[in-house]
Amino acid sequence: MFSQFSKWQKILIPVISVILGLIVGAIVMLVSGYNPIEGYSALLAGSLGEGFYIGETVRQITPYIFAGLAVAFAFRTGLFNIGVEGQLLVGWIASVWVGLAFDLPKIIHLPMAILAGAVAGAIWAFVPGLLKAKLRVHEVIVTIMMNYIALHLCNYLVRYVISDEQNTTDRVPESASLKSPFFETLTEFSTMHYGIFLALAAAIIYFVVLEKTTTGFELRSVGFNQHASEYAGMNVNRNIILSMVISGAFAGLGGAMEGLGTFGYGFIHGAFSGVGFDGIAVALLGGNVASGIILAAALFGILKQGALIMPLQSGVPTELVEIVIAIIIFFVASSYIIAYLLQRLKKGAK
Amino acid sequence: MDVLTAFEILVKSMLFASAPLIFTALGGVFSERSGVVNIGLEGLMVIGAFAAVVFNITFASALGGWTPWIALLAAMVIGGLFSLLHAVASISFRADQVVSGVAINFLALGLGVYLIKDWYGAGQTPQIPVPLYYERIPLLYDIPVIGPIFFNNYITSYLAIFVAVIAWFVLYKTPFGLRLRSVGEHPMAADTMGINVYRMRYIAVFISGIFGGLGGGVYAQTITQDFSAGTITGQGFIALAAVIFGKWHPLGAMGAAMFFGLAQSLAIIGSSFPLLADVPNWILLSAPYILTILALAGFIGRADAPKANGQPYIKGSR
Repeated sequence: MFSQFSKWQKILIPVISVILGLIVGAIVMLVSGYNPIEGYSALLAGSLGEGFYIGETVRQITPYIFAGLAVAFAFRTGLFNIGVEGQLLVGWIASVWVGLAFDLPKIIHLPMAILAGAVAGAIWAFVPGLLKAKLRVHEVIVTIMMNYIALHLCNYLVRYVISDEQNTTDRVPESASLKSPFFETLTEFSTMHYGIFLALAAAIIYFVVLEKTTTGFELRSVGFNQHASEYAGMNVNRNIILSMVISGAFAGLGGAMEGLGTFGYGFIHGAFSGVGFDGIAVALLGGNVASGIILAAALFGILKQGALIMPLQSGVPTELVEIVIAIIIFFVASSYIIAYLLQRLKKGAK
Repeated sequence: MDVLTAFEILVKSMLFASAPLIFTALGGVFSERSGVVNIGLEGLMVIGAFAAVVFNITFASALGGWTPWIALLAAMVIGGLFSLLHAVASISFRADQVVSGVAINFLALGLGVYLIKDWYGAGQTPQIPVPLYYERIPLLYDIPVIGPIFFNNYITSYLAIFVAVIAWFVLYKTPFGLRLRSVGEHPMAADTMGINVYRMRYIAVFISGIFGGLGGGVYAQTITQDFSAGTITGQGFIALAAVIFGKWHPLGAMGAAMFFGLAQSLAIIGSSFPLLADVPNWILLSAPYILTILALAGFIGRADAPKANGQPYIKGSR
């Protein structure tokens, strides 16, 4: 997305967007009669103020990294995967299902359950990939529609297949759980789990696959210029499908983190979890590079976790953070105008 | 249940559930015909529902029976203004239209629920005091058999069909409509002919905001009757699906919206129909989305989007 901008602009645009988002948030608080400084301090205290809150924040960051990587991977290859939310949901349910269905030693069971999440997400993303590659159907609409199908399908599975007409499934057994007694004692019994290591590992894999392998080079070049890539002898269709499948696998893993770590069970969703959609913001803000995504995921983790405490300490409704995130997306998306203003500013200074 | 009763239930629930979808889908048609993708329809419905509910609660005692109708006007105004954010970002600032639409959805829900919590101290508003009701159309209602089926519904349902016809007329039979469509097909050619591409697109997005707001307002005042984070859950995306399924044509979108409305209501009342009782409920709930994918894949006739849909127009570039 930022390919036409210089290196310093690539760093400056997200930073400016975040600052503008926070300023708009402050204005909203002022207009509705709250003290922005109190609001933001409550947010910080609620996300980083105590060991418990830090643990909860890290737990929030974990699926955001996966969702961000999923969106970014597709982005880098010229595709827009809005279906991360749906892929995450099927990954969630698939991992819980495998967690409940088998009785195996942890060393086999946990990897198998995690893998099930990745595979389910990949399958869910395969459909829009295939339709795009073979029939040139736009992936944006298909992935949006797949989100809703995933929501209804997963709810059905939870109620009638995995559980006995309940609203939640049983908890996954210890042998398929990401829960961490070590982190629990370290962070005053927060729900922080081992998933964060997997998320960081995934970011490294993302970097290596995309930047250091031939496949990654092909995927990026297809994203950059389809026709040139085709001329150079690359199989564009295969790359489109592969890109969606890998993207979906990242998303599915994000779901597995929720299913095996954060919650430890599956439940009927009245609405989307929102993590997949936030992944779009994470990827955009992170400039679609691994390090940027980790930073952006950390920022959103802090905002989201802090937002939960904010109403209690300062009275500001939680949704303020949604407004801030929306404004950040607006500005990152409108990076052209920020770059333009920066250029004008530079010229003015000379 | 005899055939006639079943038919009556079907028609009624179809008209009931499809009216908000028709309005919103028409908005989508205007926007996308001008070349601006509007993923933000969901957010426009949210903000419309929010505006209508707040207006209804605030002014019910002063306006009495007129309240829901003036609330709809308020929803249209707020929806139109809100859509200008999408217009500025995607037309003037050259933002990715899909991303901007996603931001619209975030912002509408965030802002709506934030203000509700601030004003009412809860995540949910009270029930609106004056909702819209079923109304019998005089004379027509007295026609035997047909009358009670077709002429005892929400006025908004008839209005939706009427507006769809108007929208078709405006888009296909007026110079304004021709210009709007030309901007979405080949903006450079339109520019050469002296049409102001930016202004045309701004107007189209504004219209989509008006219709999206109206759709949300109708939904909130007929179906949910209050506002919370869960008031609009995907109806905007079903409307978007109706735009595509209806091949970017106002009457096509109306037909698709009616069909999706029927599918939605079947998911709720389906168990009372013997044929549908055995179909897993998730398939009925997913029907609009599955059908849209099939339509896009060309299994139900080809659906071609306006050619310049999704591309920002940069004057002077080729």
